[in-house]
Amino acid sequence: MQRRQFFAGMAAAAMLAFAAPGHAQAPIRIGSVLSVTGPASFLGDPEARTLRLYIDRINQAGGVLGRRLELVLYDDGGDANRARTFATRLVEDDRVIAVVGGTTTGTSMAMIPVFEEAKIPFISLAGGIEIIEPVKPFTFKTPHTDKMACEKIFDDLRKRGLTRVGLISGTGGFGASMRNQCLRVAGEFGIQIVADERYGPGDTDMTPQLTRMRNVPGGVQAVINADFGQGPAIVTRNFAQLNMGVPLYQSHGVASRSFIELAGAAAEGVRLPAAALLVAEQLPDNDPQKRVVMAYKQLYESTQNQPVSTFGGHAYDGLMILVEAIKRANSTDGTRIRDAIRATRGFVGTGGVVNMSATDHMGLDLSAFRMIEIRNGTWKLID
Amino acid sequence: MDQLLQFVFSGLTVGAVYALVALGFTLIYNASDVINFAQGEFVMLGGMVTVFAYAAGVPLPLAALLAVAVAVATGLALHRFAIEPARGANAVTLIIITIGASILIRGIAQIVFDKQFHRFPSFSGEDPIAVLGASILPQSLWVLGGAAIIVALLWLFMEKTLLGKAVRATAANRLAARLVGIDTALVLALAFGVSGAIGALAGILVTPITLTSVTVGTLLALKGFAAAMLGGIGNPVGAVAGGLALGLLEALAAGFISSTYKDAVAFVVIIAVLFVLPQGLFGKRAVERV
Amino acid sequence: MRLAPRHATLLLVLAVFAALPFLLPSSFHLRVATLVWVQALAAVGLNLLMGLAGQVSLGHAGFFGIGAYAVALGPRHLGLDPLLSALAGLVLSGLLALVVGRPILRLRGHYLAVATLGLGILVWLVLNSEVGLTGGPDGIQVPRLVLFGWRVAGAETWYWITGLALLLGVWLALNLEDSPLGRALRALHDSEVAARVAGIDVARAKLVVFVIAAIYAALAGSLLALFNRFVTPQVADFLHSIELVTMVVIGGMGSTLGAIVGAAILTVLPQALTVFHDYEHAVLGLMIILFMIFLRQGIVPGLVALLPRRAVA
Repeated sequence: MQRRQFFAGMAAAAMLAFAAPGHAQAPIRIGSVLSVTGPASFLGDPEARTLRLYIDRINQAGGVLGRRLELVLYDDGGDANRARTFATRLVEDDRVIAVVGGTTTGTSMAMIPVFEEAKIPFISLAGGIEIIEPVKPFTFKTPHTDKMACEKIFDDLRKRGLTRVGLISGTGGFGASMRNQCLRVAGEFGIQIVADERYGPGDTDMTPQLTRMRNVPGGVQAVINADFGQGPAIVTRNFAQLNMGVPLYQSHGVASRSFIELAGAAAEGVRLPAAALLVAEQLPDNDPQKRVVMAYKQLYESTQNQPVSTFGGHAYDGLMILVEAIKRANSTDGTRIRDAIRATRGFVGTGGVVNMSATDHMGLDLSAFRMIEIRNGTWKLID
Repeated sequence: MDQLLQFVFSGLTVGAVYALVALGFTLIYNASDVINFAQGEFVMLGGMVTVFAYAAGVPLPLAALLAVAVAVATGLALHRFAIEPARGANAVTLIIITIGASILIRGIAQIVFDKQFHRFPSFSGEDPIAVLGASILPQSLWVLGGAAIIVALLWLFMEKTLLGKAVRATAANRLAARLVGIDTALVLALAFGVSGAIGALAGILVTPITLTSVTVGTLLALKGFAAAMLGGIGNPVGAVAGGLALGLLEALAAGFISSTYKDAVAFVVIIAVLFVLPQGLFGKRAVERV
Repeated sequence: MRLAPRHATLLLVLAVFAALPFLLPSSFHLRVATLVWVQALAAVGLNLLMGLAGQVSLGHAGFFGIGAYAVALGPRHLGLDPLLSALAGLVLSGLLALVVGRPILRLRGHYLAVATLGLGILVWLVLNSEVGLTGGPDGIQVPRLVLFGWRVAGAETWYWITGLALLLGVWLALNLEDSPLGRALRALHDSEVAARVAGIDVARAKLVVFVIAAIYAALAGSLLALFNRFVTPQVADFLHSIELVTMVVIGGMGSTLGAIVGAAILTVLPQALTVFHDYEHAVLGLMIILFMIFLRQGIVPGLVALLPRRAVA
């Protein structure tokens, strides 16, 4: 029992270290719970780097409302239960005024009730549509939904006159959610999903699934792969190994330069819907996003020593939307900030131009997605 | 037919890696009764060290050698600083120590390296080779050949060298081995070192196909453990057979039954085999030491 | 003689349980304490299987997951009350243990470990893959528990509910240890052959404790899901199984108090370790190793072993 009290005491001491007194010039505390380690670290790591980077920058420029920003960031390891615990900690002990983060849909959904109850604005960085549908008063998100990714791909398929499609998805949250949405909206685009294969986390060879797909009676005219991280690179390589000979579509989950490096020559000709950030240099100078995405890309790559990804970009968008809302609200009150976030119009972020409303807590439409093809080892904007 | 052959290629390549991990389990188990759940981290180290050394400009063969050295050192350190101080503790306690060690190794690796996925070039290019309508990557041949050579070398070492005989004697009966003058502490250290090397080699061979990151070890440890048990723990032949069988099972299940439940099919078969052969395919019939 | 430590354990748990709400400054701390009770409940059950009977389960989170998803799926698909769903989860979990236990408990040591590992993975796969039924990897909402018109809400309420559940679990476990079944299990732990010779139905004894441990885990799962009102398949995954085993071993196999201490450490430690930021995992791994090297019997038996010597000196 002494042991237990010792540990309880230790935890309490650790928490006290965070709980600064709340006098007038105290910093504004912004909370974040991200999957910095674990299966979603591929997404969570650039998000955490981005938040740290930009909070420092904002503080160097004088902070917000004359006060410094302070980031309280916890790593949930991708576990929803742990995310929920950290969410409670942010609200109860750290007394943050708003939260940016929640790397996966699962962790975000686990945290939402905590922030809703505390009336603290929460900007999720996950893709799942259920985060903002139905609309919850204090919950927002910055990434495009996976439903939009499906629609963008199906739209492109329709233009190319391809209707018989094979779907291969990872069984993780991202893949499962996008698979679900694609199956749901395929009919609206006249697309027929004739093969529906899946693979587990950490699987290293998808040739059996692709072989099955190739042997579907009637064949497939195109293949869509819904997943992020290692899986899509392996699928792309297996796809080339088997010489499938039909177009391959990846999702916005591969929107990071490392995908091209990992998939190598096999990535040639792969198409994907992604945010403008990927093709920053190719945007015409009059594109409203050009300046923002170039600035983010240059700063991230020069300080972090790794290629930029759209996932870090979502964190940038979330933080900036929040900071601008705090400025407009001229307050750190949760409800006022929420109202200000909801009033966001024409915010130019890395993911697109954001127009929020009381009924739309994401504020992006299909135009935010660009169709991109990989040519000569680099991204090529094709529409 | 070509479909079946494609599944077999896939299963053998994946299975060869499971086999090498299972072999690492077996070596350490024989010398110490420890199920080393940090075995997957050796595979991770093999891949990650090679990736980072290669990226820093070290030629690939040298980078690979360095990775093996790091994994061997990690194996020896694991034995010296975690297993040896707990000598005499029961088997479950030692297993928990190896789980702690795997968390520790991964924790350090994600600070030293990063959290991204990586690979380095295949040894003999990327052009697939067509065989009877199926296709196989040259790197898969490297994996299969490499695994075969490692198994052969290990067999030669065990059967033909004095040190190898000492290892086998220790595995058979530790007390008797000590009585005839075998330095069992040395044998133990050797087992951890060699397991580290085998794991690292597996990681180096397979990274061009499977990619690597600091997190790949956990799942490989799980699959390698299952493979070792399927083959019968303590038997090197069983480890290799178990690994290949598990890989084939997964590929065939994914190809013919359901890609969603291929792991389920694999485990159901393992459990079914254990019902019939409670000591695994090649397990010793001896009573287990508890 | 044997009665003394048993009562001491119960009193100790009761005292801590009653005192903590006055010591903990916020509902976040109450939440962590609640998580400790829930994990401890599962660990106490697993300790009966591992510590008392000497049988390893690497798939125990599977039963935990069945309990957790029962309260999510029962109301949604069958229109059952959450409480009734929880009960159904316990029954289902116990039945699964009963059906699967008979054949797999014939396996010994590490072979049993791999069979239970497979069982846990099967449960996880179903929860993770059957998106239409379970919501898939992104998880599913759990309806609020309503007891006779009282809407159960608030961190403190859940603290008391889970704490009472744990107390009940501890009391039952301590009684079981002293029952004929407990003695039979201890005997077969030492030597199955000797136990058999002494006329103990070894297979039946193992099966009964396996079912009991599964029900403990399912109850813990139901409580966690009702408390969180959201559940993902991670509650049933391999890492959670390993975590439960680690709790039992770190606290001290065979000690009910140890299982609780182990659960407390593994639940509270990650909260304390956040001060180490990137080094969090490395420190956690290191601490597990150090605990096991210096208190190899586990924390509680290790510390107890130190006590009499001091008393004598």
